Amino acid sequence: MLSWRDFRRMTAQEIAVQIGLVLLVLLVVFGAIRSAQVNLAALGITSGFSFLDRSTGWSYSFSLLERSIDDPYARTLLIGFLNTIFVGLISIVLATILGFVIGTMRDSKNLGLQVISSIYVQIFRNIPLILQVVFLYALLIHFPGPRQAHSVADAIFMSNRGIMVPNLSLPLNFVAGLVLGSVLLGIGAVRYAGSAKRALAIWLAGSVALIVAAVLLLTPDGQALVSYPELKGLRFEGGLTLSVEVVAMIVGIVLYGAAYIGEVVRGGLAEVPKGLREAGESLGLGSFAVWWTIRMPMALRSIIPPLGNQWIFIMKATTVGVAIGFSDLFYIVSTSITQSGQTLELIAILMGAFLLVNFALAQAVNWLNARLALKGYGA
Amino acid sequence: MSAAPPTIGGLERLKRRAFHKPLDGLVTLFVAALLAWLAWQAIDWGLLRAVWRAEDAALCREANAGACWSIIDARHRLILFGLYPFDEHWRSTSAAVAIIATVILSCIPWFWTARRLISLWIAGFATYYLLMEGSPLGLEQVTTDKWGGLSLVLFLFSSVVLLGMPMGLGLALMRRSRLPMLRWVASLLIDFIRSLPLLTTLFTAAVVVPILLPDWLQGDKIWRIIIAFSLFFACYQAEVFRGGFQAIPNGQYEAGKALGLGKWQSLGLIILPQVFRHALPATINMVVVTFKETAVVIIIGLFDLLASAQAAFGTGDWVAYYMETYIFVALIYWAFITSLGRYGEFLKDRMKQDDH
Repeated sequence: MLSWRDFRRMTAQEIAVQIGLVLLVLLVVFGAIRSAQVNLAALGITSGFSFLDRSTGWSYSFSLLERSIDDPYARTLLIGFLNTIFVGLISIVLATILGFVIGTMRDSKNLGLQVISSIYVQIFRNIPLILQVVFLYALLIHFPGPRQAHSVADAIFMSNRGIMVPNLSLPLNFVAGLVLGSVLLGIGAVRYAGSAKRALAIWLAGSVALIVAAVLLLTPDGQALVSYPELKGLRFEGGLTLSVEVVAMIVGIVLYGAAYIGEVVRGGLAEVPKGLREAGESLGLGSFAVWWTIRMPMALRSIIPPLGNQWIFIMKATTVGVAIGFSDLFYIVSTSITQSGQTLELIAILMGAFLLVNFALAQAVNWLNARLALKGYGA
Repeated sequence: MSAAPPTIGGLERLKRRAFHKPLDGLVTLFVAALLAWLAWQAIDWGLLRAVWRAEDAALCREANAGACWSIIDARHRLILFGLYPFDEHWRSTSAAVAIIATVILSCIPWFWTARRLISLWIAGFATYYLLMEGSPLGLEQVTTDKWGGLSLVLFLFSSVVLLGMPMGLGLALMRRSRLPMLRWVASLLIDFIRSLPLLTTLFTAAVVVPILLPDWLQGDKIWRIIIAFSLFFACYQAEVFRGGFQAIPNGQYEAGKALGLGKWQSLGLIILPQVFRHALPATINMVVVTFKETAVVIIIGLFDLLASAQAAFGTGDWVAYYMETYIFVALIYWAFITSLGRYGEFLKDRMKQDDH
């Protein structure tokens, strides 16, 4: 990269500027280390990562794994990290689906669809995400208590404790296995199926078969296949409870993210040359076939790169959960900082986790982009 | 040049767009009915059955009462001005007007030269600061920890844009510099900040930086947050400027050389004016996003619009009227963001026409 010839071509002034900059950076870094030592010594904090083994002694709102207040910091941070990934990935999937629907509606020729989708985008894109999330949260916690819960067909209940939905009676680790299997199947299908349509068909059919097989074979003896939530005394039993924080987070981020993704999709569709649509129509294809076999495959090439930016944005946006007490990584880290005082180590963990996740997401988008690239176009 | 298409009447156009096929007609009618129903619900609740004045707050508890705007009537000063001293609210109002006027004026093409734009923003910002702080003008001093509500949001927004814009330009220039050290430092900083959530950056400025700096360098929390936010803005804006630089053909640089201009002269006289022009739509987009993102400072403990809204329904008899308060705040944000966004769209269209 940097050869001796580059140096020889620089003037003395240019070399001096660079040395000055490097010295400045070093000065800032060493100055920061020096005053950190002074300040931490004054606070009586020993630096290092040994605090990770200490138990925390405090609780928080949401966890996918078993937890207790005796958990060490390491496990609590891991739970926070998993919560961020969990909410982030679910929001990414749902926002992408809704965004494609919205974008296609905005692009459609039908006046009604155009009007309603542009109203949607105008509302949800132009209000800060954090405001939308706290608003949703306030709405949800003002729902009636469990005894007066709103119910949908006596299977789904909405109360101020969250939303209760029917659930498969499978143990959690089997569910995790199912999700993993479905994701692997999806990756395999995209790699080897040859066309997007066939990949989608293989993935859908395979996932449904997997779920049905798992439900029939693995449900513990003596339990119904599906457990329904039921009111027992003051609380619900059975089913799956989606806590108020999780629902507010996911719905808020999905509605906001979908407005942005909708604009990305609309932009991508608008870039497809009009002649292609007309060619499809003159071949006698219906409007769905034109959209699915001609316009969307062409549009995807310009949609994927900005879509990847939106995915990274959504992952980062999970941090607003702290405003409603959702225990994502940011929440866990900031609580840990107040409780343990290990500020520098915890901030390093937080930054490292986000760098890792966003790097992985960016790699996934690059891979997708390379898969979808038109042969003979671009580099 | 093709022949002009036959002109179509308004009714015929509506028929083609809304009732092209039977299914289209059905969808259009369904959407129209849904929107009409939603609009009616909103009007009925928000206007017809609403209670408006603070004195009538008791009426809000009646069974058929709609929105209780009494809370806005009673608490709007808290929401808009936060903890700013009550008797000095006129200062906060004028300061906010100064910032809004600055933003509006900078939308007018006459101001679009570097010198005019910079003087305008410095003048607007100074007016704001002098009015809010007060002591240099001989008014009662109000320290930054008392600033809140809408005025604080506008302050954060304008100072971030004002500081971040030159920082972004500097980073963009460094990133495309011929000197490898400059390039590396800028790329590292830009990529690092852009992979982190804004909240992490701001939180670091609020909580971690005091540990890393000696006492005499720390300054107020609000200034640390503004500097970190500006850095965040600058890293994104640098990428916007980079896009602008990429749109400039090499011939432009060579033209500068051929005229005998030095490196900095040709940058300032030939390249940058074109870069700004190319980057303008994306820059406005960035400014809109920044306005929206200021809302997260509530988490770092600043008393912004959202925090003052929560304080407004947080006490006494007003607890039940959280919805009205949030809608009021959402409308304020929406109005600002939509008008900025609309202006950006208008500008994009105008520039497209100029190109032809």
